[in-house]
Amino acid sequence: MADHDHGPDHDHKGGSELSETQLRVRALETILTEKGYVEPAALDAIIEAYETKVGPHNGARVVAKAWTDPAFKKALLEDASKAVGTLGHVSRVGEHLVAVENTSKTHNMVVCTLCSCYPWDMLGLPPVWYKAAPYRSRAVKDPRGVLADFGVTLPKDTEIRVWDSTAETRFLVLPVRPAGTEGWSEERLVELVTRDSMIGTGLARTPGEAA
Amino acid sequence: MDGVHDMGGMDGFGRVEPEPNELAFHEVWEGRVMAMTRAMGAISTWPIDMQRFSREQLPPHIYLATSYYQRWLLGMRQMLLGRGLIDADELAAGHALRPGAPLERGPFTVADVPRVMTRGSFGRPASAPARFKVGDRVRARNIHPRTHTRLPRYARGHAGVVERVQGCHVFPDTVATGQGEQPQWLYTVVFESRELWGPDADPALKVSIEAFEPYLDPA
Repeated sequence: MADHDHGPDHDHKGGSELSETQLRVRALETILTEKGYVEPAALDAIIEAYETKVGPHNGARVVAKAWTDPAFKKALLEDASKAVGTLGHVSRVGEHLVAVENTSKTHNMVVCTLCSCYPWDMLGLPPVWYKAAPYRSRAVKDPRGVLADFGVTLPKDTEIRVWDSTAETRFLVLPVRPAGTEGWSEERLVELVTRDSMIGTGLARTPGEAA
Repeated sequence: MDGVHDMGGMDGFGRVEPEPNELAFHEVWEGRVMAMTRAMGAISTWPIDMQRFSREQLPPHIYLATSYYQRWLLGMRQMLLGRGLIDADELAAGHALRPGAPLERGPFTVADVPRVMTRGSFGRPASAPARFKVGDRVRARNIHPRTHTRLPRYARGHAGVVERVQGCHVFPDTVATGQGEQPQWLYTVVFESRELWGPDADPALKVSIEAFEPYLDPA
């Protein structure tokens, strides 16, 4: 079922459906290669980039920088694509990136109800749950219930703001800097920034959790 | 289209299941499908909204019973068949039976990889000034196009406030059906929860969508 979004490959009775998908994919790649449309090595390179280069560490660096550098934070909230583009270590950021700040009053959470829009260049590939029906259906209607599934409870009067990514704008949540991190370096703070805290389905780690 | 992909607000799908230390791909074939989609999108001018529309058109029972990358696979096969880039007998045979169609931007090689690792810009010059400004009250139109749209059902007919003007962007509704980019102003429109979900909704919730100008009327 789609609520796990692993589909028939994981629900199968005898294993034949798994091989069916594998065979279809292999056949398609063979056809595209034989027709001269794609080089398999180019496909390998795309996969390797997503497995090794692109991931939430990119976003975490941006968040830690914003926590320690007020001028950068201001620039980030004004134009995130531009601000991130000035950082050498996160190159090739896409356009239309918007950073939204969590505070004690407002908690931001990001969803794509229509498909799977997600800031790939900041966070890597979206996790299965982000692309699956339970999250896509409930985030805009019952975000507190969704947060409970992640073990997160917010005060009742904290306003929850859900951003539905229905266009090519992409949203990065700037989580609240945890208490007890005064004087921490950017390098140390990076370790507290989780992927989910930048989607808004989690909070940054506390110094105790990170230890 | 009023498809099953438009899930915002639906009930009954159960709990969200976070997966600790999730891998980029759970099966090797998932990576191949993602990479092939990227590659073929880059060389065959298959805009992202055409890709989305191809998946939205999967029958609801198929859409719900398949995994994310299975939907990508099915959508890509339909696109390739529809454009005559491959043929059904080749899919059945598992290899090419005739030479490839000429592609202006093909083949996709290792040198092309950096290009697909960066998202392109969707911003375009505006042909007219923006109709709305920050703070304007707007109502999402009650429209039900049979083709691709990015106006989710749960927002249609409801009133909200323009919070940001995001520039003028490629219009998904036309680009998905081959009618060109027809750039439109894009706005962040924020709705009160009770406007969307009725009097029992959590009063401390606000939801925003990214709405193209043709989706909106003054309210």
